[in-house]
Amino acid sequence: MTTTTHDAPVRPRRSRRPLGGVLGSQPLGVLLALPYVLFLATVMAWPLIRAVWISFQDYFFTAPTAVVEHPFVGFENYISAITDPQVQQSFKNIAVFLVINVPLTAILSLVLASALNRIVRFASAFRVAFYIPYVTASVSLIGVWMLLFSRNGLVNTILGPLAPDPSWLVNSALAMPSIALYVTWKQLGFYILLYLAALQGIPKELYESAAMDGAGVVGRFRNVTVPGVRSVTALVLILAIITGANLFTEPYLLTNGGGPDGASATPVLLIYQKGIQQTNPDVASAIGVLLVIGIGVLSMLAARTGKEN
Amino acid sequence: MASRTRTKGSVGSASHSGTRRSLLVLYAVLTLCALAFIFPFWFMAVGAFQSSPTSSPTDLFPTGGWTLQNFTDINARLHLIRSLVNSMVFTLGVLAGTLTFGLAAGYSLSRLQWRGRGALFAIMLGVQAIPFQLLMIPLYVQVTRTYGLGDSYLGMILPFLINTTAVFIFRQFFLSLPESLFEAARIDGASELRIMTSIAVPLVKPAIATVALITFIGPWNEFLWPFLITKNAELQPLAVALANYISNVSQTATNPNGAILAGAATLAFPVVLLFVFFQRYFEASDISSGVKG
Repeated sequence: MTTTTHDAPVRPRRSRRPLGGVLGSQPLGVLLALPYVLFLATVMAWPLIRAVWISFQDYFFTAPTAVVEHPFVGFENYISAITDPQVQQSFKNIAVFLVINVPLTAILSLVLASALNRIVRFASAFRVAFYIPYVTASVSLIGVWMLLFSRNGLVNTILGPLAPDPSWLVNSALAMPSIALYVTWKQLGFYILLYLAALQGIPKELYESAAMDGAGVVGRFRNVTVPGVRSVTALVLILAIITGANLFTEPYLLTNGGGPDGASATPVLLIYQKGIQQTNPDVASAIGVLLVIGIGVLSMLAARTGKEN
Repeated sequence: MASRTRTKGSVGSASHSGTRRSLLVLYAVLTLCALAFIFPFWFMAVGAFQSSPTSSPTDLFPTGGWTLQNFTDINARLHLIRSLVNSMVFTLGVLAGTLTFGLAAGYSLSRLQWRGRGALFAIMLGVQAIPFQLLMIPLYVQVTRTYGLGDSYLGMILPFLINTTAVFIFRQFFLSLPESLFEAARIDGASELRIMTSIAVPLVKPAIATVALITFIGPWNEFLWPFLITKNAELQPLAVALANYISNVSQTATNPNGAILAGAATLAFPVVLLFVFFQRYFEASDISSGVKG
């Protein structure tokens, strides 16, 4: 089987293979990882470089065979993106979304996970109920929410005279909060699972000694649970920020293309509209880069939550 | 002695009934929340089989008016079977790529020593922070113009071919296997490839189930990417076909609610059933290791 059996039967680290020096002691590892490395290079690294590159060019779509010069234009695309009122509106919208969605997600998922962590009977049934929206296609659930929150939908029927006018999804003050609530509901189960894993790592003795010191349910939650899952809270905040900043399907379908009148348009929706529908990939790429910088800054702030005080 | 026992007993029963009451409250709150989570699925399942789903609370528990007409209607508009087949091809392609290349990468990252391993792991953690939407425009240009893969299954599959979360989970499972197993196999003279295929992989079968579940929901539910690159309706997965119906056709139809719910149910229930039946493979700890690496 192996040609190296004679000189290094047990420890491959010490084998003197011809490629050992360059590729490490087990060159098979390189071969096995190669498809994945090529995949990351083709669909992640290269498009990432291209996205930044296009954002500094006067770029337009051409036929595959045509060789066209794309002149370098400096920050021109960024200037036209920043000065565009539609773009400004979309970043404001996403801010509204994040202010509602991120804290709500973190609080509700931690509370529900701690509740789930305390019960034994039916625990897995509850777990399934909570993550079922997360694993289901957004397109499918949007179909349901559209009907529930439409003018004559079930929600307004139940609210009766309290129903907002214009209705939820066509009301410019309520469209974005409605989307934020929908996304919180849809994603919550995933974050509950993350917190559950973290809660299982908190030693029972900590709760017992806190109870001995006279801490009630709230006290134990604040003094044992919250600090115990701090690093996961940072992760939950970061993932919620990334998910929220990349909103596309919801404003595209639920509020029919970012309506009413752009009140729920998001940066990614504009990337699609400007980049692909209106064929301005250069400005669209600039919006994308701005969005990623924004996500990066917010994520770094969120990561601080995970650090011990 | 007697007084001590009594005190102890009374304290015990008081805290016992206290825990019991708080447990009841806990179950009540959890049940209410769980209902809020599954209610839309009930609404979907009932409405999909109703001749005219309306919006009064009493219609949530219909006693009659059952019909299959909604499925016939949505099928006439978007070829339900054809769309499902497209979703299936897209999903199976991604599953095949992840269960072969992803598994190999996970093994390589956990059990083999090679130069660049640490760097690849660091890159993987970074990759999770890059939003797909930023890559959307260059990927669109690359796949449709450079590779000429617009309106093709391959173009749909390519950006999802290997699920990074799956690689993390495979790596975690392979790491948990005892080193002695590998040493013994090496003493017996098994090659590294042989050790992987006949010893390590059979031992991580639960990981394969977990990864299959997690990977399945990616392409099956994906809307944006296949929506961008399929202009040809014959190649659109169900999520795209249904979204197009919701955003265009339904506005002109007279009573599209039933048809939308029938389409939504067709898209949702394969996944719902999969996760209800195989829920033991979708554990908190696995999901966590898939995200944190």
